[in-house]
Amino acid sequence: MFEPILLRNVDVPDGHLLATYRAGGGYQALAKALDEHTPDEIISLVKESNLRGRGGAGFPTGLKWSFVPKRAGKPKYLCCNADEGEPGTFKDRIIMERDPHQLIEGLAISGYAIGAETAYVYIRGEYTLAIQRLEQAIAEAHAKGYLGTRIRGSDFNFVVHIHCGAGAYICGEETAMLDSLEGKRAQPRLKPPFPAVEGLYASPTVINNVETLACVPHIVLRGAGWFRNIGPDKSPGPKLYCLSGQVRKPGLYELPMGIPLRELVEDSGGGPLPGRKIKAVIPGGVSAPLIPAHGLDVGMDFDSLAAAGSMLGSAGVIVIDDSTCMVKVATRIIEFFHHESCGKCTPCREGLNWVVKVLRRVEAGQGVPGDLEQLEALCKGIFGNTFCALGDGAAIGLRAALTHFEHEFVAHIEEHRCPFH
Amino acid sequence: MNMREKIKAAAARYPDQRSAIMPALLIAQKEHGYLPGPVLEEVADILDVERIWVYELATFYTLFHTEPVGVFHLQLCDNVSCMLRGAEDLLRHLEEVLGITKGGTTPDGLFTLSTVECLGACEMAPVMQLGDDYQGDLDIARIDALLDRLRATAGQATGADLAATVPPGE
Repeated sequence: MFEPILLRNVDVPDGHLLATYRAGGGYQALAKALDEHTPDEIISLVKESNLRGRGGAGFPTGLKWSFVPKRAGKPKYLCCNADEGEPGTFKDRIIMERDPHQLIEGLAISGYAIGAETAYVYIRGEYTLAIQRLEQAIAEAHAKGYLGTRIRGSDFNFVVHIHCGAGAYICGEETAMLDSLEGKRAQPRLKPPFPAVEGLYASPTVINNVETLACVPHIVLRGAGWFRNIGPDKSPGPKLYCLSGQVRKPGLYELPMGIPLRELVEDSGGGPLPGRKIKAVIPGGVSAPLIPAHGLDVGMDFDSLAAAGSMLGSAGVIVIDDSTCMVKVATRIIEFFHHESCGKCTPCREGLNWVVKVLRRVEAGQGVPGDLEQLEALCKGIFGNTFCALGDGAAIGLRAALTHFEHEFVAHIEEHRCPFH
Repeated sequence: MNMREKIKAAAARYPDQRSAIMPALLIAQKEHGYLPGPVLEEVADILDVERIWVYELATFYTLFHTEPVGVFHLQLCDNVSCMLRGAEDLLRHLEEVLGITKGGTTPDGLFTLSTVECLGACEMAPVMQLGDDYQGDLDIARIDALLDRLRATAGQATGADLAATVPPGE
């Protein structure tokens, strides 16, 4: 039985309070980091741990930190991406609601490592309870000297501010998030320069996801080797899996990286709803291409899922059963991307508009011969040609649905109706 | 604190006043219920930033409303995880019992019905946001009970209270 690490406090009464967090060993990692390690040693430790970003891209965290120039002559910033918007994902919300100090401790240690004195947590505006709990936790941490000036008698100063988002999925893209923090419309920036060199207010900036930062205190306390021994060596650690859709026990599960998708869906999730069969599973939020039922033995880690033609993404695992029309699912996913396209680049803004039109007509039984070729041509025009990954995510997701469930699309066109209605 | 003081306090968190536009708009919307032109101009004046910077954020981000919304804003998620658990049926039911289509407000100004993208609470799908709270594991019976409760709350308020909370008609 795997013992929860990141979720160990979430079901503890008053788990969001400092007293509870400290009673469970909280803030010992920060003390250890400040007393026993230089900032460079923390970066090396995180590099050795092979921690990879939990926001979706899986970039090595320690490597990202090491890109920050040592002497910048400008303030450095740490930003936490808590704008959890990938459909099917709710892990960061639960950490912030029920164990906000775990995030704050991770922020403080990470800020110390990169030499930042200010952090902004960019959190979804809808997450009212998480915002309230995080505000309360920041105030408590300040009062007890875990944040503020000369923390624990060191010369490290660190403050954490909350910045509420206002409903733009594109803010999950880190440079769009920076523009949003600067008070602009959220649109991705041209790279380079990368944020580590020129990010928020043109200063060196690191952007990390909530779950990534929550891993950091545990690595400091228990060591890089301990972390690497959980799951696959190149993609290790405890992992939060968000299980939703047509499954008996939807919920947030913490298990090692690399566990088989089937185990997650059938053992943790209790399998399909009564009388139904699983048709496909989206393993990493709607940007991740779906995996048909016969492919569920794939390991839930960055490399295994990439090899299987999908991605771990945000580990938003959405189960789809045999009562559901895949054309409808594909249409709803593309409608989402179309709605959230920031409008900056043409292939995404215009391409998705056309994809939605074609998909809606196919789903309504008004598709015409040639529509599937048209959809593929549109995917080709979008994929690889957009400013950021939003358009790519839409195109690869649609392609997977077309590849694995072509017969359903064809049936809609040939029968002039949705066979599921 | 009044609105100006709240906005000034939020602005102190940033080295650049422009960064404070989003928090200022959230504060102003909480105060006024929505963001009509004069409120946007007031925000620009308080922060001493270009008005166009304020307008463009108010119209880009979906949490900002430049038109009035009802006393109770029902924001039902109909993204994939909620759709797979019956959100469409709930939307149809809400449209029927409220007598409005999505995006609309009831003539008494009590309810606005919207669909929204994923609320990040898929473990309790289908889910809806109502004010600051999430209502999860919804079904038709729960929705009906919720509407009854909201109507009762509104019924207890005096006409003057309601006039103060209901934004001017659409």
